[in-house]
Amino acid sequence: MTLASLETASRWLVRAVLLALLAFAIFGPITNMLIWTVTEKWYFPHKLPLEYGFSFWQRVFAPRGGAIESLTNSILIACGTVLLSLAMAVPAGYALARLRLPMRGLILLCFLLPQAFPNLAVYINVARIFYGFGLNGTYYGVILVHTTHGLVYAVWIASAAFAAIDRELEEAARSIGAGPLRTFATISLPLAAPGIFASAIFVFLESLDEFTGTFFVGAPVVQTLPLLLYTSAAGGNYQIASITALILLVPSIAFMFVVERFIRADVLARIGR
Amino acid sequence: MPQRLLGLALVFPALATIALLFAYPLAYSVVTAFQAEGAWTVANFSKAYELYRSDILFTFLIVGVSTLLIGIFSLAIGGYLTLGGSPAAVAVLRWLYRWPLFIPFIVAGQLMRTFLAKNGLMNNILTEVGLMTPIETVSFLDWRGIVIAFVWKQTPFVALLVAGAMASLDRSMIEAARNLGASRPRILVEILVPLVRQTLFVGLILSFVIMLSVLSVPLMINAQSPTMITANMAFRINAYGDYGVANALGLISYLMTGAVSWIYLRYGIEERGGGR
Repeated sequence: MTLASLETASRWLVRAVLLALLAFAIFGPITNMLIWTVTEKWYFPHKLPLEYGFSFWQRVFAPRGGAIESLTNSILIACGTVLLSLAMAVPAGYALARLRLPMRGLILLCFLLPQAFPNLAVYINVARIFYGFGLNGTYYGVILVHTTHGLVYAVWIASAAFAAIDRELEEAARSIGAGPLRTFATISLPLAAPGIFASAIFVFLESLDEFTGTFFVGAPVVQTLPLLLYTSAAGGNYQIASITALILLVPSIAFMFVVERFIRADVLARIGR
Repeated sequence: MPQRLLGLALVFPALATIALLFAYPLAYSVVTAFQAEGAWTVANFSKAYELYRSDILFTFLIVGVSTLLIGIFSLAIGGYLTLGGSPAAVAVLRWLYRWPLFIPFIVAGQLMRTFLAKNGLMNNILTEVGLMTPIETVSFLDWRGIVIAFVWKQTPFVALLVAGAMASLDRSMIEAARNLGASRPRILVEILVPLVRQTLFVGLILSFVIMLSVLSVPLMINAQSPTMITANMAFRINAYGDYGVANALGLISYLMTGAVSWIYLRYGIEERGGGR
């Protein structure tokens, strides 16, 4: 072997070892969870489960297993959050992108507020305020909390999506006699739809995964998947916790792989501008 | 000015939601932190200090160490994606590093709880390979587990931002440095890092704030003392209904964020004064 080919070989060895370590760090924890979802019996000092099976899946999805109820609650709340966020974010995003607004930068910054402070202490006080209005332990209360958190993504992405539309298309529609509302409904909104759709998925996922706000405002009446995961983990039931974790894991990984197809680079470049 | 009025009317519902459901409770938490039995006082803070001073320090260290590690790992990932010599290795890394990006913290907490336990998969594999004996294995479910969960979950986010900023840089400067014989680590540290510093810091500060808000990870990995003040806040509320001390701890978490943002602003301004 020549010196050069030895060097190439050693470079590949280093690369392979580093990438293998990274793969171990990323997939190791996920694999451990996957094993737990099909474990019947597993205790120290055995390195792998003694029995495999799906009896815990049956138990989780049985009528009183909690998973169906939590899953339904989580999806209802996430859909409500998406509808409420978009109902406010689409008009706000359009105004921020297209209309002359006083203090536009400051308004954009306001939506960042929930991201700029550690929000646990805020949720504690939201729960206290909601208590006075009878909103604690209700779907509406949880949806309102999730909407506040999701608004920044919804507004910023909607604004960027409207800003990325070619103005000439809107002006052309106006010049052949379409009113502002019709121009918005037939030109601006359809063109901005992919970006708005991406923000909707993102808000949906954020709501599906949200723990802290639901913990203070919704629990114990409104049971969502993250709360089920927490209570079963705290109770030492690794199988049920892992099955719940898997249900939450699948949509987040799927979104990671498709996100770039929904948000085009020209929209991404305008976020926050 | 009808257009301005229309614009404000369209923005109003969203803005009002933030004001009522975020700004108001935020102000309420600050005010409540200074009140006890209807009077203005700092008693909540002295009680919080007395009970939780080690936890406050512990929280700051955990989040600080995690932020540092996230910064180092995301620079390494972004650097290799930009400068890497082998297209195949770059493609594998690009596919690999993003997996935890949207995985929720509570799921990351559960994954680490099983993976890092004394008889978790990590120790089992290490003993199987022969790197350890079963007696030497230890559980990582203490401060290390929290740090590992945070770094595992937040690194892809910062790496994504950093790699994006590096990819949008002018390649000619990197090529020039390579032609002059600069090694890749040196190009990373002396050329790339200064140019993407702004993006890196924004990503790190956002991660810092997010980690200071996460309740699920400390609850699931290590709720015993010393733990993070997020777990203490939940405990004050659920066990005692003690909003005063919980809000005092909340204000301390705002101050930690404020300190970090201040360092960032100062550092940024200093550099601009340096004639860049």
